[in-house]
Amino acid sequence: MKKLINDPRSVVDESVEGFGLAHAGLVTVTADPKYVTRKDAPVAGKVGLVSGGGSGHEPLHAGFVGLGMLDAAVPGAVFTSPTPDQILPATLAVNSGAGVVHIVKNYTGDVLNFETAAELAQAEGVDIRTVLVNDDVAVEDSLYTAGRRGVAGTVLVEKIAGAAAERGDNLDAVAAIGDRVNSNVRTMGVALTPCTVPHAGTPSFDLAEDEIEIGIGIHGEPGRHKIPMENADGITDRLLDPVLSDLGITGGEKVLLFVNGMGGTPLSELYIVYRRAAQVIAERGAAVERSLVGNYITALEMQGCSISVLRLDDELTRLWDAPVHTAALRWGV
Amino acid sequence: MVLDVTWAVRWLTLCAQAMAEHRVWLIELDRAIGDSDHGENMDRGFQAVLEKLAEAQPETPGAALKLTAMTLMSKVGGAAGPLYGTAFLRASTALGDAAEIDPARLADALVAARDGIVARGKAESGDKTMVDAWTPAAEAAQAAAADGAGTVLGVLVAAAEAAEAGAVATDPLVARKGRASYLGERSAGHRDPGAASSALILRAAVGAAA
Repeated sequence: MKKLINDPRSVVDESVEGFGLAHAGLVTVTADPKYVTRKDAPVAGKVGLVSGGGSGHEPLHAGFVGLGMLDAAVPGAVFTSPTPDQILPATLAVNSGAGVVHIVKNYTGDVLNFETAAELAQAEGVDIRTVLVNDDVAVEDSLYTAGRRGVAGTVLVEKIAGAAAERGDNLDAVAAIGDRVNSNVRTMGVALTPCTVPHAGTPSFDLAEDEIEIGIGIHGEPGRHKIPMENADGITDRLLDPVLSDLGITGGEKVLLFVNGMGGTPLSELYIVYRRAAQVIAERGAAVERSLVGNYITALEMQGCSISVLRLDDELTRLWDAPVHTAALRWGV
Repeated sequence: MVLDVTWAVRWLTLCAQAMAEHRVWLIELDRAIGDSDHGENMDRGFQAVLEKLAEAQPETPGAALKLTAMTLMSKVGGAAGPLYGTAFLRASTALGDAAEIDPARLADALVAARDGIVARGKAESGDKTMVDAWTPAAEAAQAAAADGAGTVLGVLVAAAEAAEAGAVATDPLVARKGRASYLGERSAGHRDPGAASSALILRAAVGAAA
């Protein structure tokens, strides 16, 4: 294992500390318990947005703290959800009195820890709504699984719900926008290589040199199946088909196309995937109105990507275009 | 053997030792069907429990378990933190402020722990989770306590043996809850890490009473 770290046990501490130093104008980092808040939090009259999850997915979530997006991010240990004793103070710190929305990826640990924190916050008189993100089409949503996972669609939920909060929507309205994004976005991912959790020291799963894993979540944990390596267009089709059919995209619809890197794939390759995905969507008669390409929700140094499609309407498009100023996303300001 | 606060502290100390000793094994189990963090998280959580116990010096077994619950909930993370936190919290409530635990109350506490895990995680028997260790353990504890000649040690041994058998019995199961459920059929042939750590915890309880 070769990593730019000092000690596997201090990876998150030192990384979040560095993040705070690099973006001191945007965020405040609280060290113990660990959370990151928007510099001007709580913003008077505004609904607070809090998200969080295991570390190792950077820039998610701290990279999305700032104007027009999250008010707080709560980082856990690598690939491990944060705990209620972090989530609660982060929630209280961004509550202006207008209530707080928790944006939670549907992973058992995240759900249980945010649920516990929400109970505690409500006991302290803070109104909480939870937006559960479960955009991953690789997992069958059935009684026999923990349900679809929350993956790259989370970035889109955070951006658009954040814009709704920034324009002054109330608690229920912000949560409703978040739910609307979630129900209109689908994602599927692929891993070309595994990744190595620093404290584990060995790759988190096995893939042969000529094998890829289709349907991974954001930890490289398996989804559908392993298949032999294919070219970019072939892989793109395998990811995009289930996304488009699950979403039921038809001719004339407008979409946002998001190609997300898992951390170890160069942008040049992500654009090759984007090219094919845009072609396929155009062939289906739908229009790609907005795009996002880059490493926004990663799995450490894993090679691979995910493709997300969000069905747009005029309001979601306006909220997507609204100003945002965070470490990882910035436009309009 | 009386189960008092000295026993409780010894139990939690042995839990911490077991997690440190089995850290790599639990990581390996989790690597196969999860995300490789269970051993690390449990080790970190119980080391923190030891520090808290040394600071706070609880006076009853219930107080020691409550402190454990709060520490695990705040230090473990993942699904295991809230699940074990809830288990220890419910067990602590069942013990109340008793200075010593009799067999019936011990069985009640183990049942309460199991019920807490089920309420929080919403898993059922056979889903390949820690419930598959805790349900047989709670039932064996109740049966042992119902026997008029039952001793606290007898209850603990029955619970530990049932948990160990339950953990082994998760090997062929297909996971239906937790991260392993994403693997579907591929989760069969691996032991559930949560069931495995549950068995270690209940075995440590026997060690502390022996």
